Amino acid sequence: MAGLIVIAIVLALLIIFVIGIYNALIRLRNQVDNAWSQIDVQLKRRHDLIPNLVETAKGYMKHERGTFEAITQARSQAMGAKTVSEAAKAEGTLGEALSKFMLVVENYPDLKANQNFLSVQEELTSTENKISFARQSYNDQVLFFNNKIQMFPSNIVAGAFNFGKRDFFELEVAAEREVPKVSFT
Amino acid sequence: MFPAAVLSLRSFVILGEGERAGLQSKISTSKKLTMWELIRANKRNSILLLATMAICLMLLGFIIGVSFFGPEGGFLGLIIATAIWLILMMISFSSGDAILLAASKAKPVTHDVHPQLFNIVEEMKIAAALPAMPKIYIINDPASNAFATGRSPKSASVAVTAGLLGRLNRDELQGVIAHEISHILHRDILFVTLAGIMLGSIVLLSHIFLRGMFYSSMMGSRRRCSAGGGGGGQAQLVMLIIAILAAILAPIMAYLLYFALSRRREYLADAGAARLTRYPEGLAGALEKLASDKSPQLAAVNKVTAPMYIVNPFKKKGQMKLSDLTSTHPPISKRIKILRNMTHGASFKDYSDSFSSITHTKTVVPPSALAGEDIALRQAGAEAKKKERLEKQMHQVGDIMRRVNKFVFLTCLCGLKLKVPPNFKGNKVRCPRCKRTLDLHPE
Repeated sequence: MAGLIVIAIVLALLIIFVIGIYNALIRLRNQVDNAWSQIDVQLKRRHDLIPNLVETAKGYMKHERGTFEAITQARSQAMGAKTVSEAAKAEGTLGEALSKFMLVVENYPDLKANQNFLSVQEELTSTENKISFARQSYNDQVLFFNNKIQMFPSNIVAGAFNFGKRDFFELEVAAEREVPKVSFT
Repeated sequence: MFPAAVLSLRSFVILGEGERAGLQSKISTSKKLTMWELIRANKRNSILLLATMAICLMLLGFIIGVSFFGPEGGFLGLIIATAIWLILMMISFSSGDAILLAASKAKPVTHDVHPQLFNIVEEMKIAAALPAMPKIYIINDPASNAFATGRSPKSASVAVTAGLLGRLNRDELQGVIAHEISHILHRDILFVTLAGIMLGSIVLLSHIFLRGMFYSSMMGSRRRCSAGGGGGGQAQLVMLIIAILAAILAPIMAYLLYFALSRRREYLADAGAARLTRYPEGLAGALEKLASDKSPQLAAVNKVTAPMYIVNPFKKKGQMKLSDLTSTHPPISKRIKILRNMTHGASFKDYSDSFSSITHTKTVVPPSALAGEDIALRQAGAEAKKKERLEKQMHQVGDIMRRVNKFVFLTCLCGLKLKVPPNFKGNKVRCPRCKRTLDLHPE
């Protein structure tokens, strides 16, 4: 009888323990999701701005079809990305295409003086900045979450309830270096 | 007056240091925690200073009570002092930021009025992970300055002057906004509000007292004529001493407030700005421009609100050692040097190292906030390299201010832009170039 009570108490404690870890995991996962949605908003904004940019610039840059195509293609690839790592790769390519485009813009003083273009440019600059600031906090959250599901004893609970590791949002190194340059003239 | 204030400041700083040993063990590599340690240290110091001021206020109330109503009146004075403080507290908690913004003649703006300013504030909000977007205001003043106010990060406001918008490029403006957002993040805005209330209560109380003494001394002299008693004279003497005491006490509190909150917090906000933007040169460049600003000093400013601005809004008349001691802000040249000396990274640790090597003193950053975080510097935005067209930018700011002030913008068929002031009467206006009549409210 006494043995039964002891077993019951141990079992109850164990369940409480597991519930605690489970809730902590859920909370961390929600924080990761929330941080991702911050980035996602900015990425969507970036995609929305590009047609605007192309439309404004087209009239001035008649001989730069290749540049426009590169951007448009990179954009549609980025929009089709399913996973975080896919998105990171595609967004990196898009960033590179944009910075190349902005270098070309230097040769068109009329375009640089266009009020419409200037305002799209400001929005795009700001969006790039927001992406990089949001990326930082997302990666922090992912680090916390991944640490939690890999460390004992929470890894047992994580394994039992199928908590999977999350990907960092790392833009490609080359593209990363370009980001400040995208912040234009 | 000064030694007393300096002494209080000393004890304030030393007490902060004593508690550090315990915190050392909690240091974590997490970025968030670093920030929280700094905020916690700030909170502790705030409470300490506020408690000191509260005791001064109570003491003042008690003494005034005794001098007015005799020995039994002390508690009455205490209650009156507390009541004044409570009333001011309630007012400033419910609408302190609104009052301040109105007093500074700040106008709220939306994204349409100045997209760049709005974007930069949003960028910094994301970088600092603030829970809500601060409200943005523009002050129509040619001086260059900025401040932040509010009770908490959830309900904060940032105000910048038109002169500032006209002079700075994007990176520099980002630096200034990051400095203000750091004030919000470090809870400095709440502290300034609370300390301001306390200071206001003390000034108000001593003012009421001096007034009261003036009237009662007039009555007292009449009484003396009729009774000619010696007791009245003695009471008068006591009151006179108390009055002098009160008159001295209020300015000391002002200095205490100035010393304690401002300079250290300014350095910390600079450190925070470098950390948020990862580009110390932005703020350094902005400070350089603000320092060389030749425009007259900000019109709507007073002593209590001075610590809230990014650079001291009072233009100094003569540069003296003493004025450095009593200044609300560290010398700008020193702030710029420290920021420019940050060549390895943008964390608090990097700022602290740079601070030590420039000033040859111990760091301003609480050691608990120095946990190993690694924040790389970023490159300048391309705008920094561009030759700045200051005149054009100033012109644009003029238009922005007109839009804020609800001017109506019309473009005539001949291409001329008309800016009609909001108090213009009538619905039609004549184009001065081609003499066409334009409808002011086309619908």
